[in-house]
Amino acid sequence: MARKLSVKSAINEALDQEMARDPTVIVMGEDIVGGTGSNGEIDAWGGALGVTKGLYAKHGNRMMDTPLSESAYIGAAIGAATCGLRPVAELMFVDFMGVCLDQIYNQAAKFRYMFGGKAETPLVIRAMCGAGFRAAAQHSQMLTPIFTHIPGLKVVCPSNAYDTKGLLIQSIRDNDPVIFLEHKNLYGHESDVPEELYAIPFGEANIVREGKHATIVTYGQTVHRSVDAANALAKEGVECEIIDLRTLSPIDMDTVLESVENTGRLVCVDEANPRCSIAADVSATVAQEAFKALKGPIQMVTAPHTPVPFSPVLEDLYVPSAESIAAAVRKTMAA
Amino acid sequence: MSERITPILMPKWGLSMREGKLSAWHVEEGEVIAPGREIMDVETEKIANAVEAVDGGLLRRKVGKEGETYPVKALLGVLAEKDVAEAEIDAYVANFVTPVSGEDEEAAPTYLTVETPSGRLRYAERPGEGDPIVFIHGFGGDLNNWLFNIDAAAEHGPVYALDLPGHGGSTKTVAMPGLAGLAEAVTQFMDALKLKNANLVGHSLGGAIAMFIALHRKDLVRSLTLISSAGLGEEINADYIDGFVLAESRRDLKQPLQHLFANPDLVSRAMIEDLLKYKRLDGVPQALQGIAATVFPGGKQGDALAGDLAKASVPVQIIWGAKDAIIPAAHAKSVPRARVEIIEEAGHMAQMEAAGRVNELIRAQAH
Repeated sequence: MARKLSVKSAINEALDQEMARDPTVIVMGEDIVGGTGSNGEIDAWGGALGVTKGLYAKHGNRMMDTPLSESAYIGAAIGAATCGLRPVAELMFVDFMGVCLDQIYNQAAKFRYMFGGKAETPLVIRAMCGAGFRAAAQHSQMLTPIFTHIPGLKVVCPSNAYDTKGLLIQSIRDNDPVIFLEHKNLYGHESDVPEELYAIPFGEANIVREGKHATIVTYGQTVHRSVDAANALAKEGVECEIIDLRTLSPIDMDTVLESVENTGRLVCVDEANPRCSIAADVSATVAQEAFKALKGPIQMVTAPHTPVPFSPVLEDLYVPSAESIAAAVRKTMAA
Repeated sequence: MSERITPILMPKWGLSMREGKLSAWHVEEGEVIAPGREIMDVETEKIANAVEAVDGGLLRRKVGKEGETYPVKALLGVLAEKDVAEAEIDAYVANFVTPVSGEDEEAAPTYLTVETPSGRLRYAERPGEGDPIVFIHGFGGDLNNWLFNIDAAAEHGPVYALDLPGHGGSTKTVAMPGLAGLAEAVTQFMDALKLKNANLVGHSLGGAIAMFIALHRKDLVRSLTLISSAGLGEEINADYIDGFVLAESRRDLKQPLQHLFANPDLVSRAMIEDLLKYKRLDGVPQALQGIAATVFPGGKQGDALAGDLAKASVPVQIIWGAKDAIIPAAHAKSVPRARVEIIEEAGHMAQMEAAGRVNELIRAQAH
């Protein structure tokens, strides 16, 4: 029962089970079959990192390899969604979203609003995000804030395999466009995942750890670094509460505010660049809504305002670490 | 050398427990401990509870320190006769190796499943000698509601704890959501495993199911132990049922769950998270709504079994937490010839909150 699954396998299983359950679910993207038409297509590669491997054999032409033109197939997926299908488009790296941004933020995100609620766009765009993969400036960004900024888009960024499966199923069943961002460094990360289907509602943060001295709000890969920081701080007698936002739009500020009311201290950890980041957004809301509860200055731990460096040494310094998170907690505790 | 030395180990409550915090000792070095005595409090991520002594003897050494966390099966204390030398105990403690979690995982009891006409049912089993003891959980629960009882009961007979249809790891399709249908599923389970003459232990809705089986399939039942049982009166806390069924978030679920216990602090983050994980599974909301609408129509209990049970020949004991906020403890008195035990410090979940006393009563009924 307690079956361990990696994040990568959890994505594959969610797609597989939803395709089996609902014939309107289709999957499209560059090389997601990887071998269409060749003799070996049953053993096809299944995308750049093999996430969709095996699905072509089960679901046939509902798995579609597309040309290397994001603007074309994201547009096609949005059109298919408005016409009754539930497409899941894999865009490989979130960094490539730029070439199809009009389709996403000016079309898909606006249809429900502009057609008075009559048009629905049940679309999921999956993409890898985040640094630490030695993939340099154009394949390593954490662009969650860009999509969170746009009304009409839902933005998901899970930290573990259980959440990945449940949130991807919810994304597929949701009737609005969802940007589903998978941290590539977490693909091998394992946790207990039920074999049955389940959906985790959007806007419901997860309290990863309870603590009474400081609240750490984060998502994605830095959830794990925050846990490492909290373990180190616990030895110093500082108990941190860690909130994994799971979805950035909608965002569960109720859980954050409730926690800060109890702890009086807030550290926002975000792998994105600092300006207009999720960390900045959460900090601003807490300052506005719970200022009287604060016993020390809000701290933000983010990447610096630079592109992701290619140098491995610099890249490791770029992403918030357990040490930098612990230092931020100590700083607000000292105030 | 170690035959004269008996270790006290960190217990394992449920399959997922890896470590526990020794929060307090209740005994002193030099005391003679009887089996079953509460010797310490242990806290896991999910729950806190008193630990009962498995073996009796003279407590020579407290190895575990209060406030420290230890892995399952770590050495916490040493029992030995007076004539065992201190040096021998020192050596025993120094040489003790805690089995690495995971290593013995294969050998540890795991969940099993059986196919029945009502669908696939999950259960846990412990081998033992004598008549079987079958645990039936309540509405919205699962076999892990018995985590403090299963191992204790296994000393008195083979133990079976199942997940009802719509619950835990069993099928989420509940074709017959009424009491008769659920009892039919348990009967099918018992037939599939060839269980007869069983001591049925039912909690809440599981108690009503156990009664129903005793009334309709006498050959399957040797005795009944009913804990905060449904089926003995009309009242039930309808707000709890609705709140539990409808809650989708941690905040919405916490308050109903706190009604289950006399001590609301027992509702931990992990307990809420486990229940949310269950409630999110496809089919579960429909299963819970279907069962609630059938067995608790209009916010009242739909099945009254006390009258029939009073006429039946099966031995019955009824256990109730005095602080039960779900089904009133007054219902305990509705079967005139039954043995009744009211536990002052417990709520609806007496088998968890007063596990030691409930285990004694289950033991007594099984003999």
